[in-house]
Amino acid sequence: MNTPTLNRRDFLRVSALAGGGFALGLYLRSGPAAFAESAASAGSGAAAPFAPNAFIKIAPDGLVTLIAKNPEVGQGVKTSLPMILAEELGADFAKVRIETGELDPRLGPQFAGGSLSTPMNYQTLRKAGATARTMLVRAAADTWGVPAAECAAAASVVTHVPSGRRLTYGELAAKAALLPVPDENLLVLTRPGDSKLLGRRVAGVDNPAIVSGQPLFGLDQTMPGMAHAIYIKCPVFGGKAKSANLEAIKKMPGVQDAFILNGTDDYHGLMPGVAIVADSTWATFKARAALKVDWDEGAAAAHSTAAYNAAAAALAASPGQVRRNDGDTAAALAAAAKVVEANYSYPYLHHSTLEPMNACAAPTADGGMAIVAPTQTPGDAQELVAKVLNVPKEKVSVRFTRIGGGFGRRLSNDYVIEAAAVAQRAGKPIKLTSTREDDMAHGHYRATGWHFLKGGVDAAGNLTAWQNHFVVPGLNSTEKPGRSADMGDAEFPGRFVPNFRLEQSVLSTNVPTSWMRAPGSNALAFVFQSFLDELAHAAGRDPLAFKLAVLGDDRKIPGTGQWDPPYNTGRMKGVLKLAAEKAGWGKPLPRGSGMGIAFHFSHQGYVAEVVEVRVARDGTLTVPRVVAAVDVGPIINLSGAEQQVQGSVIDGLSCAWLQEITLGQGRVAQSNFNDYPLIRMNAVPVAIEVHFIESDNPPTGLGEPALPPLPPALCNAIFAATGHRLRELPVTKANLSWS
Amino acid sequence: MPHYTLKVNGQVRAVDVPEDTPLLWVLRDNLQLVGTKYGCGQGLCGACTVHLDGTAIRSCQLPVNAVGNMAVTTIEGLSATAAHPLQHAWCEHDVPQCGYCQAGQIMTAAALLKTNPHPSDEDIDGTMAGNLCRCGTYLRIRAAIKDAAAAPQGAK
Repeated sequence: MNTPTLNRRDFLRVSALAGGGFALGLYLRSGPAAFAESAASAGSGAAAPFAPNAFIKIAPDGLVTLIAKNPEVGQGVKTSLPMILAEELGADFAKVRIETGELDPRLGPQFAGGSLSTPMNYQTLRKAGATARTMLVRAAADTWGVPAAECAAAASVVTHVPSGRRLTYGELAAKAALLPVPDENLLVLTRPGDSKLLGRRVAGVDNPAIVSGQPLFGLDQTMPGMAHAIYIKCPVFGGKAKSANLEAIKKMPGVQDAFILNGTDDYHGLMPGVAIVADSTWATFKARAALKVDWDEGAAAAHSTAAYNAAAAALAASPGQVRRNDGDTAAALAAAAKVVEANYSYPYLHHSTLEPMNACAAPTADGGMAIVAPTQTPGDAQELVAKVLNVPKEKVSVRFTRIGGGFGRRLSNDYVIEAAAVAQRAGKPIKLTSTREDDMAHGHYRATGWHFLKGGVDAAGNLTAWQNHFVVPGLNSTEKPGRSADMGDAEFPGRFVPNFRLEQSVLSTNVPTSWMRAPGSNALAFVFQSFLDELAHAAGRDPLAFKLAVLGDDRKIPGTGQWDPPYNTGRMKGVLKLAAEKAGWGKPLPRGSGMGIAFHFSHQGYVAEVVEVRVARDGTLTVPRVVAAVDVGPIINLSGAEQQVQGSVIDGLSCAWLQEITLGQGRVAQSNFNDYPLIRMNAVPVAIEVHFIESDNPPTGLGEPALPPLPPALCNAIFAATGHRLRELPVTKANLSWS
Repeated sequence: MPHYTLKVNGQVRAVDVPEDTPLLWVLRDNLQLVGTKYGCGQGLCGACTVHLDGTAIRSCQLPVNAVGNMAVTTIEGLSATAAHPLQHAWCEHDVPQCGYCQAGQIMTAAALLKTNPHPSDEDIDGTMAGNLCRCGTYLRIRAAIKDAAAAPQGAK
């Protein structure tokens, strides 16, 4: 993923260059594609839309078009980002048209990741909307010969308040287009509390198209004259195809071509494999079933989950690299009233987007490639295709579609480069579709990890020592952790325990890993919030009181390094107390029932969750209720925000309760939703309550931070209900029966 | 290549496809009705749900040569104007997140309401358990089905 920083000066400079043909530079008279001809039409302003920046167009007939700049993966940005524009523009959101942006440098970074769409775009979009509104008001005031201060803008109409005269945005568009762009420092932005749109419930703008089956997703796209394609990789990651029954495959009905691609050694890029090009998707699937490949699987064919577990334990028996060492942990453990020692681990996970990996690619006449794909990182896709196919970046176009689930899987662009490489070799447009089985066998998995922990509490029940030997998987490396397998050296409770030691060893593995919803946090919160719970019980204290005590006084603890932003203990305690209060924490429950609590700070969001479980004597688990308390600053779209929290809770339940990817003979053992289950409607909680603390901190995204507290809250609840402490996931591996 | 005449969304559609082609791929690749989704290919996720003579079936598991004269209804044909009470309720409740599974969810729910106009929570959970939603929109699906069930009978 590109470095996720928005440089506003860059953004303005790019805009200014693009608009350089005009007297006042910054604004465009028309949309990006029409810019070249806009200079010619500048004199006939009546017909030109008002486009003060790349985000907004207002046509003379009054139609307001707002650009949704980032890929929509279900996190709601196609609705929420235009809402920010509309709020400041004073547009009637029910009547605006939303267009998905092209890949365009004037729109700033365009990716869906890190819960960053909201924090990176909030101020930019507010100012973009306010700029246009200011110019429309100016145009109206000039028309009437009145001070702009006497005019008000709302619902796409400017009103002269004293006289009641009105002009619509459509009527004002041509005149506004001739005005200078106001200084951004003089813009008046909507004050918190005065919002007309932000914070309300707004339904997704694509809902009508979704419920009527319109072609929105990557898999729904077509290209003129396209064939269908499938790309088969070695079941052992990195293996190469020595030969295949290509001649027999080519004779199958509907098959047009079949060939081996040598690929690269980039586990997140173009891996070696066999391509089949055919008339239909079904023909590719049938040919795939008949394909026989002689693979050079390499030494990794002997790898297995059992071997990795054993090797991790062996590594933990020797000292690791010291990554943090506060105080004197050995002395504090020796002096502790109680010491708890526990080994935690978590498995590889697969993203399992319901839309399997796919992409369309067409060779272009100038030797480049046209891509249409459901990618979270269209800019990265462009660069990868240009690099691997050795064509200039300018000759690679990427149109991004609505995405049938991302969760981080589509931050990688392996399926895009596969489609492009197959299209280049076949010399024709193709749509590449993965089978569910290939999709699962070739994920970029949430990393496994092992934590060998010791913690100590003093006689007063305070946490005094925390020691962790973290064994992290590397991708064929004993030095460097794999992508998104790592953790920051100040990860909570780092900075909160006076004697804190973190050692690390890297276990060489052959499994590509990558970011998955709340990367790192989705695993680390399970370990640390569960172990804190163990320590609370060892100290004889209520877990809530113990955790509040660890957080300490309200304060901002400075960050150390890029991964560890300042930690606001007051905000964290706020959500922790709220979740506990709403859940009825501490109320007596019958045997076999229990509540667990956990909290986590990630992606600038503070979230605490209480899970209530019932465990039957035979060990059957049900989860009747989850309560979440969330502080991500002001809420943009209340409906979408609530969805993201409830979805994260359900996602967390699937991960913690049901899912693991295991390796045998170097290959992934799971193949489809029968052996890699998602939670189904008959197992979801009856109630998932969501409570927001709308602090006046800068808003942040909500696609991720509500997931991490769920797994530990679930496991802590199971402990409360049964006495079974779960130190590995998923929950289904444990026998929860009690008597 | 075998020739098939199918009744799809009230129209007669002719296709030339191998006899074992799942109805799913006939709809998507040959008839350009892409609202019906591929999710698992094994009848495990429900994204490909369509109606066959009014009954919800997994189109990834039904070869085209088994369709015969039965009427196929896809999400595109559930209502001419996307005005089915379920489609309305889905929008009212803002059910979709990514949206990929939702056509299958609606088709399963529509078949349920046809035979069971006032389903209990258990009826809903039991029937809908065959449809996966990776984003976890289940609570709103449940609420939307209840709302649609309470809508005037004539609208269904």
